[in-house]
Amino acid sequence: MQRSSDSTTEPRRYWAFGQLVLARMREFYREPEALFWVYGFPLLMTLALGIAFRERPRERSRVDVVQGVGASQVAATLEQSNFEVFVRDSESCVQRLRTGRTDVVVRSDGRENPTYQLIVSASRPESLLARDQVNEALQLAAGRRDVVAVSTEELTVPGSRYIDFLVPGLLGMGIMGGGLWGVGFVTVDMRIRKLLKRFLATPMRRADFLAALIVSRMVFLVPEVAVLLLFSWLVFGVSIAGSVWTVLLLVLIGSLCFAGIGLLVASRAKTMEAVSGLMNLVMLPMWVLSGIFFSSERFPEFLHPFIKVLPLTALIDALRAVMLEGMSLIGLMPQVLLLIGWGSVTFLVALWIFRWN
Amino acid sequence: MNYAIRCHQLVKRYDSRPPVEAVRGLDLEVQVGECFGLLGPNGAGKTTTIEILEGLLAPTSGEVEILGRRWGHGQDDAIRQRIGISLQETRLSEKLTVRETLTLFRSFYRQGLSPDEAIRSVSLQEKAHARVGKLSGGQQQRLAVAAALVGDPELIFLDEPTTGLDPQSRRQLWDIIRELGARGRTILLTTHYMEEAERLCDRVAIVDQGRVIALGSPAELIAQLGGDHVIEFSVKDSPPACTHWNDLPGVRAARQEEETCVLEVAEPHVVLPALLDEIRRSGQELTRLSIRHASLEDVFVRLTGRHLRDEGEN
Repeated sequence: MQRSSDSTTEPRRYWAFGQLVLARMREFYREPEALFWVYGFPLLMTLALGIAFRERPRERSRVDVVQGVGASQVAATLEQSNFEVFVRDSESCVQRLRTGRTDVVVRSDGRENPTYQLIVSASRPESLLARDQVNEALQLAAGRRDVVAVSTEELTVPGSRYIDFLVPGLLGMGIMGGGLWGVGFVTVDMRIRKLLKRFLATPMRRADFLAALIVSRMVFLVPEVAVLLLFSWLVFGVSIAGSVWTVLLLVLIGSLCFAGIGLLVASRAKTMEAVSGLMNLVMLPMWVLSGIFFSSERFPEFLHPFIKVLPLTALIDALRAVMLEGMSLIGLMPQVLLLIGWGSVTFLVALWIFRWN
Repeated sequence: MNYAIRCHQLVKRYDSRPPVEAVRGLDLEVQVGECFGLLGPNGAGKTTTIEILEGLLAPTSGEVEILGRRWGHGQDDAIRQRIGISLQETRLSEKLTVRETLTLFRSFYRQGLSPDEAIRSVSLQEKAHARVGKLSGGQQQRLAVAAALVGDPELIFLDEPTTGLDPQSRRQLWDIIRELGARGRTILLTTHYMEEAERLCDRVAIVDQGRVIALGSPAELIAQLGGDHVIEFSVKDSPPACTHWNDLPGVRAARQEEETCVLEVAEPHVVLPALLDEIRRSGQELTRLSIRHASLEDVFVRLTGRHLRDEGEN
C-alpha cells in the first residue's frame, strides 16, 4: 500500500498541542457574545461599583425640628452649623425619622434656658452621627468652651479608598469565573457534541487536549486583566504599589488554578444544567467568604483556617498585598504554592476521572 | 489470509434494568483491502459493534484484533495512528474553517495527508476557508470523512456515513468511498440502506438483534434467495391470500406485505404468464404489477421477517 507524498515525518509542522490551543482561541474570539461577557462585563461591574462607592463630599446631616416655641431659633442655629434643617409638626418629624428621610429630630421645650430632646434611630449609624453633631452644635451655640485642642487630618491617598480594595477583589472574582465557566462550559459542550469522543478516536494525547484548554484560558485572561487594570487606573486612579510583573504572574497562576478546578467540575457532567449547578456549588462559598467586597476577617475566628485555604482567598489576598502594600513575590509564597497545589491536584484528578464518551 | 479486523464471540451487555444485550456473540473477519458493510435496522447493534472495534467501547467479553493488534495492551496509539474514524454524529466546531479543522486533526498523526490533500479527496476545495457551521449537511459529512482520512489510514471506519443526506450528497459520498477502495484501503461501514451496501460493499454481514444472521457478497446473499427477481402485485377488493402462490411452479417464496403479494422467482418469463392466467381464472382484477431485481432488502425481509423475528417473539 503506497502512502502519499506528505508522509515524510515533520513533527514541528503539525504540533498537536499548539494546534489545540490555536483552535480554542479561534473558537473564542469568533464568538462575539463570549467576548462581551468576558471582557465587557467586569468593566461594567467595576464602573458601577466604583461610582456607587466613589469619594463623595461629606453629606450634610438632615435634622427635623418639631414646631413650637423656640423652634425657629434652634433651626437658625443648626442651619448656621451647616445642617439641612426642616421644621414640621411632631408627628411628621417622627414619621420621617422612621422612614430614613431625616437623621435626627430635635424638640425644644421653648423655655428661656431651653432643654432639648433628640430623637434618633439607633440602628442607623448616620442617625447616631447626626445626634452627636447636633449635640455639639447646640452646646457650642450655648457657650460651651473646649478644654483641649484637637486637630483632624483626612487620609485620601490612593490605596486607602474602597475602590482600591475592590479592584483586586473583582480581579480575583473575574479569574475564578473565567476559569470555571470558560473551561467547564466548553468541555461539556464538546462532550454533548461528541467532539470529545471524536478526538479520543484519534491518536491525540489526552493530556495535550486538557492542558490546551487550560493554557488557552490563561492566554485569554491577559487582555482581560490588562483592560480591567488600565480602566481602573484611568477612571479611578487605582495604581499598583508593587511590581506589575508580580501581578501578572499571580493572574496566570490564579487562572491555571481555576481552570484546573473548572476541568474537574466538568470532568463527568453530561448536561449543561449539571455543570452549571456544580459550578455554582463550587463558586458560591468563595463568592461569600473569600473577601471580594469586604475583608474576610469579618467572619468569625473559627472559620478563618477554612477561608484561608480557599483558592480565591489566596488569590485575592496576594493581589491585595501586591497592589496595595507593594509586597514582593517572596512574601507571597504561601498563597502562590496554595494556588499551584489546587491547580495541579485538580488537573491530575480531572485527567484521571475524565469522561470522554 | 491477511485480516484487518477479526473479532470473535463479541458480547456487549449494558447493566441497565433490565440488562440490555446490544451485541450477543458476534464474529467478524474483514480482509485487508475489502469494503465490508454491517447492514441492519436501527438498534441491531451495529454502532455498538463498530465502536468496540474502534476501541471506544470495551466489550463485555470476546476478542478483537485490529491490524494484528489488540486494544488495551499498550498498542492503542499504534492502532490509532493507522485507522481513521467517522462517528455516527459528531458536530465539529462550527467556528473553525474546513482547513483549520483538518489541520487540527492532521496534527494528531505522525504522518498523513496534508490538509489540502484531504480537502481535495472529498472535493471541498471551494469550501476550504468556510466555517464548518456554514456547510450543508452533505458537506459536513464529507468533512467528517476527510477528518477520518487525514492520517492516511489503512483501515477506515464509517458509521452510517450517509444517514440523513439527500440523494445527491449520498452519491457524492459513495464516489469518495469507492475511490478509497480503489486505492486499496480497507473500509468497514455500517448502514441501514440496503442499496448503499449493495453498491459499495464487497461483502456484507447482515446484523439483527446483536448477531450476524447472513454473511457474503451482496450477489451471493441475493442468490441465496433462490431467485433474483421479485414480482409484486395487488388485486382489487379481496386482499390476496399469498401463501398459496408458493404452489405456482417457479415461485421460490411468497409473502404478503399489506395489500401486496411479493413473489421471489428465478425466471419471471416463466412465472408471469402462469400467474396472470391463474388470476384471471379466479375472477380477480389486477390493480398493480411490477417486476424488479431482488435486493438485500428482500434478503433481510426473508431472514428476519420469516425466521428470526418470529422466533424472537415466541
